[in-house]
Amino acid sequence: MNEFREFDDMTLASLQRGRKYVINDVNAVDPDVQRLMVLGLVEGAEIELASSAIGGDPLEIRMFGNAISLRREQARHFAVTPAEPGE
Amino acid sequence: MRQRTGNYPGVTVEKHLGITRVGDIELELIDLPGMFALSAHSLEERIAADVVLGRMPDMDRPAGILAVVDATHLYQGLYLVQQLLELDLPVMVALTMTDAAIASGIAIDSMALEQRLGGVRVCPVVATTGQGLDELKLALSELPDAPRHVVPPIWGELGAASEELAKTLPATVPRFEIERALIDVDSELAQEVAEYLGDDGADQLANMRERLFGSDPPLAKEARQRYSWVREVMNEVQQAAPAITTWGSRTRHFINQPVPGTIGLFLVMAVVFQAVFAWATPLMDAIDSNTAAIGAFMAQNLPAGALSSFIADGVIAGVGSVIVFLPQILILFLFIIVLEDSGYLARAAYLMDRTMRSVGLSGQSIIPMISSFACAVPGIMSTRVIPNRRDRIATILAAPFMTCSARLPVYALLIAAFVPATNVGFMNLQGIVLFGLYLLGIVAGLLTALLLRKSALHGPKPTFALMLPEFRRPNLQTVLVQLYGRAKIFLKRAGTVVFAVAVVIWALAYYPRATDIQANLEQQQALVANRLAGAELETAWAQLENDAAAAQLEQSFLGRAGKFIEPVFKPLGWDWKISSAVIASFPAREVVVAVLGTVYAVGDEADEATLTERLKSARHSDGTPVFTLPMVIGLLIFYACCLQCAATIAVIKRETNSWRWPIFAWTYMTALGYLGALAAYQLGTV
Repeated sequence: MNEFREFDDMTLASLQRGRKYVINDVNAVDPDVQRLMVLGLVEGAEIELASSAIGGDPLEIRMFGNAISLRREQARHFAVTPAEPGE
Repeated sequence: MRQRTGNYPGVTVEKHLGITRVGDIELELIDLPGMFALSAHSLEERIAADVVLGRMPDMDRPAGILAVVDATHLYQGLYLVQQLLELDLPVMVALTMTDAAIASGIAIDSMALEQRLGGVRVCPVVATTGQGLDELKLALSELPDAPRHVVPPIWGELGAASEELAKTLPATVPRFEIERALIDVDSELAQEVAEYLGDDGADQLANMRERLFGSDPPLAKEARQRYSWVREVMNEVQQAAPAITTWGSRTRHFINQPVPGTIGLFLVMAVVFQAVFAWATPLMDAIDSNTAAIGAFMAQNLPAGALSSFIADGVIAGVGSVIVFLPQILILFLFIIVLEDSGYLARAAYLMDRTMRSVGLSGQSIIPMISSFACAVPGIMSTRVIPNRRDRIATILAAPFMTCSARLPVYALLIAAFVPATNVGFMNLQGIVLFGLYLLGIVAGLLTALLLRKSALHGPKPTFALMLPEFRRPNLQTVLVQLYGRAKIFLKRAGTVVFAVAVVIWALAYYPRATDIQANLEQQQALVANRLAGAELETAWAQLENDAAAAQLEQSFLGRAGKFIEPVFKPLGWDWKISSAVIASFPAREVVVAVLGTVYAVGDEADEATLTERLKSARHSDGTPVFTLPMVIGLLIFYACCLQCAATIAVIKRETNSWRWPIFAWTYMTALGYLGALAAYQLGTV
């Protein structure tokens, strides 16, 4: 979890609306990413995509009944897996 | 208990002191800016942290902390509560917005939460109905004597490390600060603690961090640790409830779609501007006619001379011409407060982020800018939520371009007088011109920010991370309390600064009195009286009086100053009267209305024509009208650009902590206004 890397798989930047996901890894090198972690985007948090602004950026992510907005640039540093089992 | 509860960054920045009484105990409450963590990330977080840590120079350390936690944000709220519990101060929690939380499908067991927090009092309150407030007050009065709560060690290694460091540090350095010094790597606190530790202090801290965090960023590690505890607590105290479709959630679903959301934002702003101009008209007319009537009454019933002129033309005309714009300003404030309180301003920041990014700012700069439409002073102060200094200064310098309520009287006067009130489509032409001026302010402000970000304030791209509050029906009481507060500030300004300037300007325009002009007038009037009679005589006398008044004004101090500066403003089509008024309005731009009122009213007390009509009939010495459309447009542009506000200059100085930026802003904005007015007049007159 320490070295800098880009995630190849699903990240916060590639969510589908209407599905729930869990954050399973965060690349925390970027201070802006750390700031988002302080707002609750950490491993284990269950999240879903609520909306995006015109052009698909920034994103609105919901978790625990509240909403946070962030840019795609930072969203790429959060790896996610679908919360529900199966497809 | 009057202060607002649900705080979002950008809403409350200044600390408010309030006193509440419970029985015979008097409690002093300090309202701190809304924040999510004590990580000293932005300036307002640092202010709040300094207050609770007792580091504010002129303030005692608080006796206890009341954490106002929004139940819809309990997840983030508990992160902060956990940090607060480590401060060695008694803590209690007011849980607000429980109704909204239930509607969004989350019910919170406050008893279970109390238990989970080791006995910390948790008081659910519903701010809209006042439910739970009595219990809250009672608990608050018992707070200072409440035991310090022992938090379960959530992060044993950090505690042990700070304990080890504490041995070599003075006892005055609290444990919490040592921990923050370890976590916030580049903070001032870390430097301070390193200095305390001695010459190799920085190395000692670095070694300790290495041991604790490895190569993981400390702040990330802290977030992971704390949120794993928060999730545990959440699982115990939160019960899922069926989500209810509310006004808020329906609105959100509509506005969440990118295109309707953005169109909606523009519609909202268009309605605001249209309303400001259209709805206020009947009220303004009423105030206007009353002021005119009082002025005329005074002029008739006081002996002619300096006192009569002072009362009617200095005091009543001066202050009246400002109060008349109160309806417009109140309507604008009302809209901004409602948008703020309903949570829409944060949504605007989200929707506008991409646009703001193209000028090198982030969506977070939109909140200070929208506030600046009411007044740049609170707008500039609300830039404290912007973490990066460069982004912050660029926003501070863009904010004064936004059309503030003090520009409105100037715009309203000139537009009402010189722009025909014809309808174009569904909008009034006057409304369109006003909208254009707002647009000019926005464009000029954004271009300024872009230029600065490309030159003096060049740096990394700003980031954007913002909590989006749930939509809610604005609370009537909150809205009214705030509206009252802002109206009071405006009237106080009109009653002091504007009044003082009006009086000084009246004096400068009235004195010195030339006795030969008066003697000449009497001589001429006597001559005319021999030749004419009845209505003809009256007209001739009035004409002579006006000529004498003009002559008096021309040789007054103000007239001399205006004449002195006239060559500078001549290329803009301004005569010495406008030049005088513009000079007088540099400390506070709305004063120009009062000054024009004085300048054009002096000497003709009996004339009941309003200022508007007087301006329309103003002529250059060659008989051409002074207020031509190109000249008026230029004057409007001048006022749209100039930084004619001592309060804004002072607040820029305070917020940037240097004279460099206010001096730059003043020079730059004045030059821009001059060039804009020059272009409009010269191009329009060709």
